[in-house]
Amino acid sequence: MVGELTWQRRLFGLWLPLLVLTVFCLLPFVWMVITSLKPNAELYDPKAFPLAIRHPSLEHYIGLLKETNFLLWTANTMLVAVIATAISLILGTLLAYPLARLRFPGAALLAMTVGAAYLVPQTLLFVPMVDLVNRLHLGNTLSAVVLTYPTLLVPFCAWLLLGYFKTVPKELEEAALIDGASRWCAMTRVVLPLCVPGFISAGIFAFTLAQNEFLYALLFLTRSDIRTVSIGVVGELIRGDAFYWGQLMAAAFLGLVPVVAIYMFFVKYYVAGLTSGSVKG
Amino acid sequence: MTPGAEITSAAPPALAGVRRRRPKFRARDWLERESVFSWVLLAPPLLFLLLFLGYPFVYGLFLSFFHMEVAREPTFVGLGNFVRLWGDAIFWKAVRNTAEFTVLACLLKMIGGLGMALVMNQNFRLKALSRALLLLPFVVPTVLSTVAWQWILDPGMGLINRLLVVSGLATTGPSWLGNPTLAMLSIILVNTWRGLPFFGISILAGLQTVPTELYDAASIDGAGTWARFRHVTLPLLMPVILIVTTFSIIFTFFDFQLVYVLTGGGPANETHLMATYAFALSMGGGQLGLGSAAALAMMPALALVLVLLTLYVRRA
Repeated sequence: MVGELTWQRRLFGLWLPLLVLTVFCLLPFVWMVITSLKPNAELYDPKAFPLAIRHPSLEHYIGLLKETNFLLWTANTMLVAVIATAISLILGTLLAYPLARLRFPGAALLAMTVGAAYLVPQTLLFVPMVDLVNRLHLGNTLSAVVLTYPTLLVPFCAWLLLGYFKTVPKELEEAALIDGASRWCAMTRVVLPLCVPGFISAGIFAFTLAQNEFLYALLFLTRSDIRTVSIGVVGELIRGDAFYWGQLMAAAFLGLVPVVAIYMFFVKYYVAGLTSGSVKG
Repeated sequence: MTPGAEITSAAPPALAGVRRRRPKFRARDWLERESVFSWVLLAPPLLFLLLFLGYPFVYGLFLSFFHMEVAREPTFVGLGNFVRLWGDAIFWKAVRNTAEFTVLACLLKMIGGLGMALVMNQNFRLKALSRALLLLPFVVPTVLSTVAWQWILDPGMGLINRLLVVSGLATTGPSWLGNPTLAMLSIILVNTWRGLPFFGISILAGLQTVPTELYDAASIDGAGTWARFRHVTLPLLMPVILIVTTFSIIFTFFDFQLVYVLTGGGPANETHLMATYAFALSMGGGQLGLGSAAALAMMPALALVLVLLTLYVRRA
């Protein structure tokens, strides 16, 4: 091939589109950081170039941590996400294991039901859900979201784990059963340990989904000290006056740091989870 | 007497032992049966889903036939709620918005995602890092990134209008979230921003399964870049694109947070989606029955997409 042609092809086929995509995808994050580091005088100065920071300051971060319950919201978000993920992984495993590896009457119907449950969005169910939560006397408790998030996460975890459980050869389980192991033993000691990557994928994905949930938290957590980050930011940092953007962007940035850190650490598993639904299955 | 006594005294304990062990053995055997063991495992998750998914679903259906306000006795109104929605101009506006939003956003995400996948399928330095970064919009909590977009789109001091003014392209920028048409476009833009990486990374995973021999064979047959894309890549990617699009249609159709945060359905109820309107009716207006009916009105669309997906999977 001609060198010049490859060079041009590389520029227009790779580097330019990549640049555009990266700028588009990262713009809000960059804007968040820039805003959060500017003092108000500079932030609302109509003559200043918006993307430059002349006098960086941490005043918005300090104000956020001093004036609001932000740290408490972060702790609540983590607590809820971790417990909801754990519940979802356990229930998801119990649901997926028989579907993937055992024969029982009603299996086909159940598999379809789980698939359909995965696609039922919470916007469809929120009115009766409020009623259910009130009847269980869970209004304004973190238990309300810890118990309702898994309704979104269990079908998803089950769907994802199903694929992983199917990849373990049947012979391993049969050998364990012939050696006298009970079915429970064959499941917990032989098959499940081989599916650790599946658990990590499902866990990471469920964790980010739980962090992202908004509607149920909005409905059930109305007291400031039990709010999650998303609800706290929307409910308490958006105020009537116009000059709150610095603190708001500081909160948004700090709010996504833990999620991004965990995601970056497990990115391989996250991508595996993301693509398993469409590519593997 | 001694040998006989020995026998009689020895026999009962042995028998008793057998008797004691046998029921245990049976329970274990019963539990070891494949179908029994399956249903024992399935019981906890199914009970949970029945309570927290099945019950609200049925109760929601029930509620939609009642006139019910917060802290009042419900009265049966039959299809009254649906009739009221039928004559509600805002509801129809929300239906139109939802349809436009879903179709346009999914189309943009599909085309953009395909482009992203084709770019990312080449070899270059820092590829793993770029992929991780490009996926960020999909990973981070939507509300937090939407708040950042709200600030980017702010009419006075937002980034876009500031850049327009600084560069001299306009003296004052447009009110991105204050004008109904621009607000809908902004909502579509932000949804595309968030969903694009999901398409991109999924299609990329599909691209990586295309055997390179097929491209070589096509090249030998004289196919150019476009012909290879059109006749090799695209047909092989079709299943992935279809599944990803179906998922995305469902999640876009029922989107709530984006509009709730960005415009709150305004200006003047012009940008409501069905989900935010159902929320406004039931939580803002306290009309639980009517809100439930508005939420359930989204069901037929979901059912249609599910049926199409099932038909496609059956055929494939």
